[in-house]
Amino acid sequence: MPGLVARQTRAAIALTAPAYLWLALTIFLPLSAMAYFSFLDVAPIGGRESHFTLSHYIAFFTKEVYWRNAWRSFELGFYVTLLCLIFGYPAAHILAKHIHGRWREALFLLVILPFWSNALVRTFSWTMVLRGELGLLFTYWAIVIGLVHAYLPYAILTCYISLQSIDDSLIEAARSLGASPLQAFLRVTLPLSIPGLLAAVILIFVPVIGSFMEPRILGGKSAIMLGPIIENQFTAVFNWPLGAALSFLMLGIVLVFLLAASPILRRHWQ
Amino acid sequence: MIKHVFSRRTAIAVFAAMLAGSALATDAFAQAKQIRVLNWQGYGTDEKWATDQFEQKTGIKVVHDYFNSEQEMLTKLRTSPGTYDVVLFNNTFVMEAVNAGLLQPIDTSRIPHFADLTPSLRDSDRFVKDGKHYAVAWVWGVTSIAYSTEKFPGAPQSLDAIWDPANAGKVGWRDDAVESVQFGALATGQDMNAPTDMEKIKQKLEALKPQIKTFWSSEDEWNKYFAAGDYAIATYWSGSAARSKKAFKLPVGFTVPKEGAIGWFDGLAIPVDAPNPEGAYAFIDFMVSPEFYVKWDTDVGAPASANAKANAALPEDAMNRSVLGDPEVVKRLQWMAPLSDDQRKAYQELWDTVKTTLAQ
Repeated sequence: MPGLVARQTRAAIALTAPAYLWLALTIFLPLSAMAYFSFLDVAPIGGRESHFTLSHYIAFFTKEVYWRNAWRSFELGFYVTLLCLIFGYPAAHILAKHIHGRWREALFLLVILPFWSNALVRTFSWTMVLRGELGLLFTYWAIVIGLVHAYLPYAILTCYISLQSIDDSLIEAARSLGASPLQAFLRVTLPLSIPGLLAAVILIFVPVIGSFMEPRILGGKSAIMLGPIIENQFTAVFNWPLGAALSFLMLGIVLVFLLAASPILRRHWQ
Repeated sequence: MIKHVFSRRTAIAVFAAMLAGSALATDAFAQAKQIRVLNWQGYGTDEKWATDQFEQKTGIKVVHDYFNSEQEMLTKLRTSPGTYDVVLFNNTFVMEAVNAGLLQPIDTSRIPHFADLTPSLRDSDRFVKDGKHYAVAWVWGVTSIAYSTEKFPGAPQSLDAIWDPANAGKVGWRDDAVESVQFGALATGQDMNAPTDMEKIKQKLEALKPQIKTFWSSEDEWNKYFAAGDYAIATYWSGSAARSKKAFKLPVGFTVPKEGAIGWFDGLAIPVDAPNPEGAYAFIDFMVSPEFYVKWDTDVGAPASANAKANAALPEDAMNRSVLGDPEVVKRLQWMAPLSDDQRKAYQELWDTVKTTLAQ
């Protein structure tokens, strides 16, 4: 038997090694370089001399322009995620529980269809819609509308999966024991679908706080967030260390949020 | 078949060798018939009709190599000595290259059109060191204000038009830290290359809040927003304004207000170890000639020529002649100077702070 175990271990290593090696090379190494840069005063590229400093991390907390825009990014993430859930959850519920057969497939196709077009094209088509009588183009709400449109399918799909896996007989049991439809939803369906809701929150919130393409095209003056500021450090002023430090702080804050939410996650994902 | 080609090629080679007297001479002969130019792609020197015309006239073939940033250009000069004959230089980079020993002094007597070049550009201290020229002024342009000729009966005379409540919500502004600070300096009456009162610039830029409709970042975006009626007045580049008017038929006017505008200029230089300086001189002279420039601006759209006679030879409605041809306008310009890394960082932080105010 030890021979078999050893063989299984070898097989496991052989099968997982390429993926981990690839991830290490393409994600871990560049990220470590960026982490290192974030503690230097200038990027050590092209023979420039650099020194250790914490000033970029300190700047985030002491300079209003950085923390205020970090807050603006989180605020945007909050609005977009909330609206995606408000629109997405009922749609997923109807799809999972009330529509069957061909119609469901057709409606699903309509949800997924926008994914097949280029994100840039979709955003530019929004500029035409929002420009007209709505007059919303180049406002904060244009950014929210564009992003909700882009991320709504994630909310529908993840909620659908967890709603669909709920056994209908549980709801029938609640009803037969005297629960009203609302009570049955609040006490049975909603708690059981929380894993889907949480997955949607993570899938939507994290990319939205880093988004910069939709804000820039739709938002006009309202486009400034931490994402575009980080982008400029890399493309406009060659200040990689500051850009890297701001990125890691953003990552850190997201991780703190996830850790804070982990007790709920653990309870529902077991 | 292959054998046949071979023998013919050999025959030609032998014949050429006999003609020139020695194999070495044929080599030099071949080299004298070619120059290698280093430039941005699509920036004048590589126009096919122009290189064809030059080859027809002089028998010299023009070969191109391109760069995507000034740093890349300097690296190419450092790492490939003896490769290039003519190199395009933005004025702010010439002295850095001269101090690194990369450029040779220009014998101006070998460029017949040299006397026609605008003296303020030609003899700028960005090109001249110890009385020697290291680059030949070629083209220049202006970042200033463009306006809708339908909404403005005449050209706005002052930068204040951008801050005028009458134009609230109709202003276009480029999302660029350096340009914003420079305009802020001009609008507050400061030297844009050495502003002393940054707080004043910041306040002036923050006062743009009710004015700006949206930012632009490319010529394509500018045209789209202008055509949709988002902009009545906007910051813009002179060469692009000429193209918007000519190629896109937009009702665009371009003006240099009384406070001045941001000027830039480019020159052509010869590296210290150029294999064919003879050809380089001939090519540079062709590039600053009215003959080349008028066709370039008329058919394609170009920045203004450093050769005053070339600008004067343009059709009367050409923007490069009607707006930038006025010496009084040129006097009002401030020429962009090199920026240090620290200045860039400070400008970026100031601009990000201003944008945060504009967004709230």
